[in-house]
Amino acid sequence: MKRTGAEIVWEMLEHEGVEVVFGIPGGAIMHTYHPRKNYDVRHILMRHEQCAAHAADGYARVSGKVGVAMATSGPGATNLVTGIATAMTDSSPIVYITGQVASPVLGTDAFQEVDITGITLPITKHNYLVADVSELAEVIHEAFYIARSGRPGPVLIDIPKDVQIAATNFTLPEKEIDLPGYRPVGAGDPALVQKAADLINGAQRPVILAGRGVQMSGAADALRAFAERTETPVAYTLLGKGGFPESHPLALAMMGMHGEVFANRAIQEADLILAFGMRFSDRVTGNLKRYAPNARKVHVDMDAAELNKIVQVDVPIHGDLRQVLEQLLPLVNETQHPAWLAQIDEWRAQNRRRDIINRPENGHLAAPHFINEIWEATRGDAILVTDVGQHQMWAAQYYPLDRPQRIVTSGGQGTMGFGLPAAIGAQVAQPDAEVWAILGDGGFQMTLHDLATIVQEKLPVRIALSNNGYLGMVRQWQEFFYGKNYEATPLINPDFVQLVEAYGIRAWRATNRREAREAIAEAHVHNGPAFIEFQVAQEGDEANVYPMVPTGAALHEMIERPLIELEKLEA
Amino acid sequence: MKNTLIALVEDKPGVLTRVASLFRRRNYNIESLTVGHTERDGISRMTIVVDSTHTDAEKVVQNLYKLVNVIQVEDITEQPVVARDLALIKVRTEGGSTRSEVMQLVDTFRARVVDVGVDSVMVEATGTEDKIDGLAEVLKPYGILEMVRTGRVAMARGGAGSRE
Ligand SMILES: Cc1ncc(C[n+]2csc(CCOP(=O)(O)OP(=O)(O)O)c2C)c(N)n1
Ligand SMILES: [Mg+2]
Repeated sequence: MKRTGAEIVWEMLEHEGVEVVFGIPGGAIMHTYHPRKNYDVRHILMRHEQCAAHAADGYARVSGKVGVAMATSGPGATNLVTGIATAMTDSSPIVYITGQVASPVLGTDAFQEVDITGITLPITKHNYLVADVSELAEVIHEAFYIARSGRPGPVLIDIPKDVQIAATNFTLPEKEIDLPGYRPVGAGDPALVQKAADLINGAQRPVILAGRGVQMSGAADALRAFAERTETPVAYTLLGKGGFPESHPLALAMMGMHGEVFANRAIQEADLILAFGMRFSDRVTGNLKRYAPNARKVHVDMDAAELNKIVQVDVPIHGDLRQVLEQLLPLVNETQHPAWLAQIDEWRAQNRRRDIINRPENGHLAAPHFINEIWEATRGDAILVTDVGQHQMWAAQYYPLDRPQRIVTSGGQGTMGFGLPAAIGAQVAQPDAEVWAILGDGGFQMTLHDLATIVQEKLPVRIALSNNGYLGMVRQWQEFFYGKNYEATPLINPDFVQLVEAYGIRAWRATNRREAREAIAEAHVHNGPAFIEFQVAQEGDEANVYPMVPTGAALHEMIERPLIELEKLEA
Repeated sequence: MKNTLIALVEDKPGVLTRVASLFRRRNYNIESLTVGHTERDGISRMTIVVDSTHTDAEKVVQNLYKLVNVIQVEDITEQPVVARDLALIKVRTEGGSTRSEVMQLVDTFRARVVDVGVDSVMVEATGTEDKIDGLAEVLKPYGILEMVRTGRVAMARGGAGSRE
């Protein structure tokens, strides 16, 4: 059957099982938009292409499927760039389809021409400039395969306008994808797996470091079985949250710069580290020279280039984590580590004394309190979306998750403005789930225009704004390391409640714990999108994220929340 | 230290850019990179010389494998190989005696003169980089007007072809 390039795009999206595309049309892509309504693929009109990219990412992280974003050439395509980089670093499977000027004028600086395949070359897993309509179906098929297989990642397809218009004989690609240079790995090398098992069987103080790879390879159940059989405690990265149930007795906490002291200490004192689907980011290791100095190290990753990249390990296993764990399980002994777990529990107890959540009501509102209230109201079962900054770290600390694919946050890039549009994608992926977006007053204002999308698409997203009147995370660094020189971090903000109401969204304001609890209870049952502005502590001990590993310090050398105040309160 | 890598890549638009972009963004020190066709249609071959004092060649290999269009990469540093560099060198020759001196030197290096001008000759030399460095060194006093080198191409000795 004859199909135009534009029709082939939708035929192929349907074929790949795509339910939804996030995008904005324009001159070079409108030909592709034209036949959309004949196909069973929903389009969500965003207010900025960056948001289209982030929404596709949020969708992908929650659904486990490939997210799709669409944009026109030139500025439409360049607006995607931040979203693409965000997806690349966090290994999100996304396909972007961009319009391009017609092939005959390519390279002539035509109106809205930009070399988007050139620009995105270092921030995509792969990209394509489609030269002829006859190759379009195959390219789209390949792009989806590359995006979701192996270590997932973003793939961009740039389609010149004439290719969208041209017609060709279309049949669904049937033959197996043949990419001679692309072979995602499966099981690990049995000899190395045995070596790892030997180390595991001999360990006294083992710790598992669980990264996003646990969720991406569907290894959550295997990880749990492994941890329980070997009685190994599990620390996790920010993106690893939920890959192991945080309420599990063997769960430690988030590790790293703002990880809990007992998790970091466990890593530093461990005699064996099992790094599963994580990449030893500088946010989780602290000073590398003094990182886990007594531990033998096993690292399992899909991506061979991650092995021995940052931390030299004893056993690097290139493999799919779920398969490697299944290989390991029969080789490891059922063990107990009572002394090790008791030691960790002792550290954990010290932690509790400093925890701000245990402070009695003092009339102020600190972000951890409202996050904890949201957790209580939702029984920990919401999809947790965050922006970037202090509130992000608090969300990670105070909203424990028991299930995989429930955390949507920009980890590797720390992209402010990600939260709101990613929440849109998450809600679209799971229309019946309760999605809570925890945002800062700074980051919210980077993409707040997409409140309009929430209304237009009738999405019941819940937004919790942590309004501290500052670019808080930067202010905290200024307080600690720059002599409280608050250069360019105070924010003079609009009346957020009025602003959000102007979009037609129900809005509440809370300034203390009681108001917070009430507003959350109402937003929780509200039928439709809801927004709560939490006016939280701006400065001082309650406005800082603790604990913290300062730059250059070893992982256990953390700045902890001062005890003095708590003792004063107890007295 | 230098490592020689052989990469077989799909002959598609932009592949060289992908490889070059990888080296730049990962901050790899590359001594030379040559690319050309192979015995197989649609497959090009790159010879990449890595300055392995500053860059871990193993990392280069693993990262090259991440490029979808890279089919196979092999580090042949430890293998018996034939490695060649080709150079064209234009040397100043003023007066007949200089010219014959240059031609003698060229002979000693088993290079050859491929063009003769009024006051210059063009020399073509093939061999290891060391040999060509040596030739360039002895020609320098006469005045090298122009020089171009291909960079190393290399192939493992013995029966087996590039495996796949
Ligand atoms: C796009 C972008 N620009 C700048 C930064 C640097 N940055 C990191 S956290 C932060 C402050 C965030 O402030 P806010 O959104 O109010 O959150 P808070 O830390 O106050 O909770 C800034 C500016 C960033 N991560 N991303
Ligand atoms: Mg703020």
